[in-house]
Amino acid sequence: MANVLVFIDNPGQALKKSSLELLTIARSLGETAVAVNGELSDDVAGTLGAYGAAAVFRPSAADLDDYLVAPKAAFLAAVADKAGATTVLLENSPEGKEIAARLGIRLSAGVITDVVAVDADGTAHKSVLAGSYTTTAKATTPVTVLSVKANTVEPQPATAPGAPETLTVDVPAEATAAAARITSREQKVASGRPDLTDARIVVAGGRGLDGDFGPVEELADALGAAVGASRAATDAGWISHDAQVGQTGKTVSPQLYISAGISGAIQQKAGMQTAKVIVAVNKDAESPVFEIADFGIVGDLFQVLPQATEEIKKRKA
Amino acid sequence: MKIVVLVKHVPDAQFDRHLSGEGHTTDRDESILSELDEYALEAALQLAEARGGAKAGNKVIALSMGPAGAVNAIKKSLQIGATEGVHLTDGALAGSDAAATSLALAAAVRHLGADTPVDLVLTGMASTDGETSLVPAQLAERLGLPQVTFASSLEVDGGRVTARRDADTHSETVEASLPAVVSVTDQINEPRYPNFKGIIAAKRKSITTLSLADIGVASSQVGHTGSWTRVTAAEERPPRTAGTIITDEGDAGIQLVDFLAAQKLL
Repeated sequence: MANVLVFIDNPGQALKKSSLELLTIARSLGETAVAVNGELSDDVAGTLGAYGAAAVFRPSAADLDDYLVAPKAAFLAAVADKAGATTVLLENSPEGKEIAARLGIRLSAGVITDVVAVDADGTAHKSVLAGSYTTTAKATTPVTVLSVKANTVEPQPATAPGAPETLTVDVPAEATAAAARITSREQKVASGRPDLTDARIVVAGGRGLDGDFGPVEELADALGAAVGASRAATDAGWISHDAQVGQTGKTVSPQLYISAGISGAIQQKAGMQTAKVIVAVNKDAESPVFEIADFGIVGDLFQVLPQATEEIKKRKA
Repeated sequence: MKIVVLVKHVPDAQFDRHLSGEGHTTDRDESILSELDEYALEAALQLAEARGGAKAGNKVIALSMGPAGAVNAIKKSLQIGATEGVHLTDGALAGSDAAATSLALAAAVRHLGADTPVDLVLTGMASTDGETSLVPAQLAERLGLPQVTFASSLEVDGGRVTARRDADTHSETVEASLPAVVSVTDQINEPRYPNFKGIIAAKRKSITTLSLADIGVASSQVGHTGSWTRVTAAEERPPRTAGTIITDEGDAGIQLVDFLAAQKLL
């Protein structure tokens, strides 16, 4: 059986859904070991066991978070060697992908990012060129490194939970020498909304909002959705750049994408056309977004969105 | 300062893009300088200008790896203001994945630093074709350099680079010693356009062509043979088609909720 290593960076007090998904995929590929950076609470250790982890590896150093990426990749390479891992799974965040990148060089291993499904033989499935193609890819090397998108499988605990042993692995001494150091960090105010990349529903606004994201935010909150925006809206400073969906922003693949006041130029489409269901609201009947919308409304979003929000609240009450 | 900017010739996303051939590689007709690389080039030009520009010996080298057409990305970079261009081109490079690409680019950067060292390698945050963001980190790992990725601001002073980074949950300041590999986001600056003077000046600037032999890389280390991943199948997703389109007659919000309920999305 293959040995699979899952990297979980700073689990905190409970494992995120995306981490549980990685553990679920890992079990379908072979015997699972986990590398954890940061605190390891008893609860998290218990969950790792419940999801079938046979071993948990922790770094000898506590300061990996003070540096960008490189020492984490060095630690993970050391663990992969020790665990005899033939597949390494990481989350598909920007940092996860970069750790995967450096790990790939250290292990002479092929790296595949943006993975949405993995076959038992390690073949990975993904979508490329802004969702216009689906591809399968495979590493040609003895070790495979995969970064897997969130919301790809339902987390399932193991049928036979284990009690993983915890081992400490030395972080190579040279790992921090040529790494960028983080000198300050400020937490942003949490919006309370789901993370845009992982959200099941996204409500996005564009130029048609004319500076007022209120209707979009209210509809998002009624639906438990994340708020997205077109580049025109973020460039105008109406909403933070983090919200940008599109070719130069985030790619989202939710169950439902509601586009309000966005014409749907190709760069915007690129960020959202793999959504299961697309709804568009726009005054201009000629907007390209209507070519791909499952349900389109030609109308004034300042009328349509608040009416929909009220109706959802009424039905949920 | 000697700055190498990686510039890539990518298919224009305004048109349909296609994969073809045995390796399912991207067709490169209708290609342009990757939009995200313009931010890296602008950042390089600003750093060079702040130090007295080309007259004071500052070099901004636009380096592109790719087939013959990639020279257009270099030419555009020269028109915008790069001081010289380098085109790494060799038939054996076709089909290189990120690992093989970073191997070739690392060798090219070492080659360019043979006489006077390279201080900074600047890149965009991702290519707009492969979109993996793997190459900057892999290049840094291969060169044994610090990487500073997704910089939304950048300062270089006294042999150190300081950058701001914005993640979803936090912002941070990072610092590294030079030389370093730095990737920049589209928030860092407003890229300039080539002007008439720049277009004329570009005609006098040199473009050096490098082959794999020039940089000491064997054909077997790159291309399909040297890549560590292989695309085994590619399927074009059927285009989305329009569904129901209605015009609001006062109850479109209600109809929208009915639609969501029918789709079990409430």
